[in-house]
Amino acid sequence: MNEALLRSLTPSVLAILVRRGADFAAAEDAVQDALVEAVRVWPADPPRDPKGWLVTVAWRRFLDATRADAARRRREDLVEEEPAPGPAPAVDDTLQLYFLCAHPSLTPSSAVALTLRAVGGLTTRQIAQAYLVPEATMAQRISRAKRTVSGVRFDQPGDVATVLRVLYLVFNEGYSGDVDLAAEAIRLTRQLAAAIDHPEVAGLLALMLLHHARRATRTAPDGSLVPLAEQDRGRWDTESIAEGVGILQAALARDRLGEFQAQAAIAALHADAPTAEETDWVQILEWYDELVRLTGSPVVRLNRAVAVGEADGPRAGLAALAALDDSLPRHTAVAAYLHERDGDLATAARLYAEAAQKAPNLAERDYLTRQAARLNARRCR
Amino acid sequence: MAKYLLLKHYRGAPAPVNDVPMDQWAPEEISAHVQYMQDFAARLEKTGEFVDGQALAPEGTWVRYDGEGRPPVTDGPFAETKDLIAGWMVIDVDSYERAVELAGELSAAPGAGGKPIHEWLELRPFLAAPPTITECPHR
Repeated sequence: MNEALLRSLTPSVLAILVRRGADFAAAEDAVQDALVEAVRVWPADPPRDPKGWLVTVAWRRFLDATRADAARRRREDLVEEEPAPGPAPAVDDTLQLYFLCAHPSLTPSSAVALTLRAVGGLTTRQIAQAYLVPEATMAQRISRAKRTVSGVRFDQPGDVATVLRVLYLVFNEGYSGDVDLAAEAIRLTRQLAAAIDHPEVAGLLALMLLHHARRATRTAPDGSLVPLAEQDRGRWDTESIAEGVGILQAALARDRLGEFQAQAAIAALHADAPTAEETDWVQILEWYDELVRLTGSPVVRLNRAVAVGEADGPRAGLAALAALDDSLPRHTAVAAYLHERDGDLATAARLYAEAAQKAPNLAERDYLTRQAARLNARRCR
Repeated sequence: MAKYLLLKHYRGAPAPVNDVPMDQWAPEEISAHVQYMQDFAARLEKTGEFVDGQALAPEGTWVRYDGEGRPPVTDGPFAETKDLIAGWMVIDVDSYERAVELAGELSAAPGAGGKPIHEWLELRPFLAAPPTITECPHR
């Protein structure tokens, strides 16, 4: 059984049912039934047109399920409301599904879960595993999300930015269990990029590819963090980097800059440097200035301070840092790094230890603790 | 998305506002208290924010390695142990604000006289896996 094929067909089959007037939640159930049926029947009797087969079976399931009186009445009302048949609009149904799954009325976690289920075709169990929550919890989250969007009209244009934010959340989540969420996010963003011509979609895809290309070198075999400067550049995935850079360049040529393109440009400059010392920090700093202008985000300003430290020296970096709120995540870690570069090892060691206390994950905490220990050992010798 | 541990301290935290030992409550007040917590957990299951939760027995044992070839030392609970963790719940929520809101709600469980006990709860974030993107801004 070709699971990848089923997964890739799921969103368009679901979209066709919804476009025909099926309620989103009911359509989703019907499609799931059809998938189960496909797994059962296809090995012995493979259909010539898998998508057509799925649509037929799912639609039949949907009709079966809505045969109850009340439901039928609702459906008749729906049909009545339907506009008269005319020329079919040239819209991609799957695209509408993306917009629906990222609808602003959903909380971020619900939007993520629904997207992975409806557009990604993942099972509830797989999504639950990836997020390390019980399957029942994820099932509730998905069914609530379905209820929330069940009244939303399918023909409303959605907001691309919201969809991109959801995909970015999925990508950032990393991976666990048998589903690699980063790879999944890339697959979905690729699909979206094929359906919609938008420089920021391309920007996000490029960003994901560029980061993904370095993923294997980001942690040591024992799970500890390897900072960018110490990563084995020979193991970076040059094919992904080349693809990401190509997509980014085409997007930048459109001259409609957005934050994902700017972030991808920074990632591309890192990926492009043969050694850490040869990193073009001056150009990276220019992109951070663009990002600050685009987003005004305090986190971006913090990252910019790191770039200032590399481009203009640690003192300049510390001056840029001093202008920022010291309660920002990783503020202390950045301060520690800049003080070390400036030669003040005592302050750096103290700040590394302090930053370790505030680290958001275990790998980072261990890394920062080790930095503090390294400096303390050096000072005592 | 972030997971938080809600630790219910029945001892060791500052005294709650409605500080009457549970054995001096009316039986129906105890039932109301228990029901409140069950309803709370059931509601979180429905919102997809519930991960796990258990109650703990009040007595504990301290255990320590005692050298090669010797059985571990056990003792306690030590007399100076002021803390008592009565139970815990793990939630998975969209924001810190939501976690605080839920902890506040759990702390409002009814106690003596049917009034909220204003119990102190400790809210501890879980350390998570590092995100895929580490060099770039993420919000």
